[in-house]
Amino acid sequence: MNTNNKKAWLYLLPATLFLAFFLVYPLIDVFIYSVEEGYNFASQTYFGTGLYNFSYVLHDPFFLQAVKNTFILVIITVPVSTGLALLISAGLSSIRPLRDLFQTIYFLPYVTNTLAVGLVFMILFQKTEYTDGLVNLILGWFGRGPVDFIDGPYWAKMFVLCFYTIWIVMPFKILVLTSALSSVNPDYYRAARVDGTPRLRVFTKITLPMISPMIFYLVITGFIGAFKAYSDAVALFGTDLNAAGMNTIVGYVYDMLYGDSGGYPSYASAAAVILFAIVLTITCVNLLASRKKVRI
Amino acid sequence: MKIVLENLTKTFPGRGKKDRNDVTAVDHISCEIPDGELIALLGPSGCGKSTTLNLLCGLEKPTAGSIYFGEENITELPPELRGVGMVFQNYALYPHMTVKQNILFPLENLKGKDRPSKEEMVNRAMETARLVQIEELMDRKPKELSGGQQQRVAIARALVKMPRVLLLDEPLSNLDARLRLQTREEIRKIQKKTGITTVFVTHDQDEAMSISDRIAVMRSGVLMQIGKPQEVYDNPASLFVAKFLGTPPINVFEGNVRGGMLYIGDEAVLSTEGVPDQEVFVGIRPEGFILKEDGPLTCQLERVEIMGRDISIISSHKACAGQNIRSIINAETKVDTASPSVRFALKPGKVFLFRKETEERIVF
Repeated sequence: MNTNNKKAWLYLLPATLFLAFFLVYPLIDVFIYSVEEGYNFASQTYFGTGLYNFSYVLHDPFFLQAVKNTFILVIITVPVSTGLALLISAGLSSIRPLRDLFQTIYFLPYVTNTLAVGLVFMILFQKTEYTDGLVNLILGWFGRGPVDFIDGPYWAKMFVLCFYTIWIVMPFKILVLTSALSSVNPDYYRAARVDGTPRLRVFTKITLPMISPMIFYLVITGFIGAFKAYSDAVALFGTDLNAAGMNTIVGYVYDMLYGDSGGYPSYASAAAVILFAIVLTITCVNLLASRKKVRI
Repeated sequence: MKIVLENLTKTFPGRGKKDRNDVTAVDHISCEIPDGELIALLGPSGCGKSTTLNLLCGLEKPTAGSIYFGEENITELPPELRGVGMVFQNYALYPHMTVKQNILFPLENLKGKDRPSKEEMVNRAMETARLVQIEELMDRKPKELSGGQQQRVAIARALVKMPRVLLLDEPLSNLDARLRLQTREEIRKIQKKTGITTVFVTHDQDEAMSISDRIAVMRSGVLMQIGKPQEVYDNPASLFVAKFLGTPPINVFEGNVRGGMLYIGDEAVLSTEGVPDQEVFVGIRPEGFILKEDGPLTCQLERVEIMGRDISIISSHKACAGQNIRSIINAETKVDTASPSVRFALKPGKVFLFRKETEERIVF
């Protein structure tokens, strides 16, 4: 090893140590826990090694419910929020007056506390003994009966959760897409205008391909973020998500560690490993798909 | 297609913090561009030549005045109905499309009865590609092409819809020096072949002189002079035009006309019959000097540069407005490089007089 190489490793050392301690070691640890049956934090003992933890988790109805909830959440919120963000940012970049004001307004949810927003959503959607809530009031005008969105039927709760998640993740996407749109060289639009290109065609044939790397970035991070959803559900439905039937995979992991039914780090680790596998698979599929589509 | 500009004016609202006055980018330009010619809009940066081009293609709306293509007033028409093809300075080729898709793009925008069949579109694209010699590059992406090739694609894209007028914005500025020479010949050839009236913007007088049928010199929004390159060079209407055209640039002196004679310093250098007595600027082209032992103009010799075909004598004079005087002399002439001074006679056709105040030409 020559001196330059040694120097390079020396410079890399702080980052390497940091990553090794806080990222690589825990990751390996979780894998180890997930195969140690009946691991106990207090006594640091376990019965044996094997795949029983996985088998238990995969047969646990609460886990299956959590997987189902998470998948529904992902499949609905990622495309809807990205699509809406695209529409809004395209609209924003085509207006000149008040653009800054609108940008600020659209960005507000991003800087607002999740739990505070959850509280507001509860007030909007919850049906209590005293009031049906604002949303039900509006539904009433259209002759629809009051629905309890927080403690009621499954689809109503899922609707609120998706609505809430979309609302929370949109600002960041709008921010990224508006800056992507404004970085497109205006000469392309001028060239298109000289050729008399209709507006829709300009959008689909020029704008979209130009910002496609950013869209794929948002879709990939959106998938990852939605798979790791937990706090949103807590903000709306409280900490006992299993009882509400609105648990997510991360919620299940948390419950297994610290919840009322908790104290099972082995099961939690197994669930975490399964989530890791799912996210990894989806991300790889996404990247493969984007490699075919995005070429600038 | 003949192009006529009538009092064309474009002002932009002032944006500066201190200076809120409107900026006049194009100031009452009137001129006529004959059918089938190649016109260079020439001027320093910020003189309004690009704005003029944008007015022609319809990307900007004029504040006043009108534009005619042939007999048709197109001032109010949107770009797509004008029948113009535009080549942008950075070419603006769509990076995600192949060359073929780029060339087809304008055709695919056509609607109704103007829209050719799929087959005809491809035929026309191929035909245009052949014209600019890029037919073997059709499946490449723009970033896989050299600068010169990209430009040809841009020209093909502008030509494929058979425009009445072709507009080129600084077509050569993104190319290296060698390619520039080659490409300007190329542009000239394509223009001759197609016969389309072409307007191109440039700040390089060399480029403008070499390929255009006519050059229009602009300065701060005003059209200073329009004419055939040789005419404008031989007969500049103002000191600005005289200084802008020609490499090496014209030598400018401060002089005096007294009793029908032009004086530079104390020496009477040329007879200027009929010009009233006044102070003047004297412009002398580098090729307007004749080395002569008893010549009337005496300059301090600085150095001599040998350039093969001819030699260039660098000298100085206290009345000279620039730093040095550069004169170009046939290489067969002997120059005494040891002598401290050098004497010239002047060729009358290469000497121009300009009024001191207005810098307008005084014809004698």
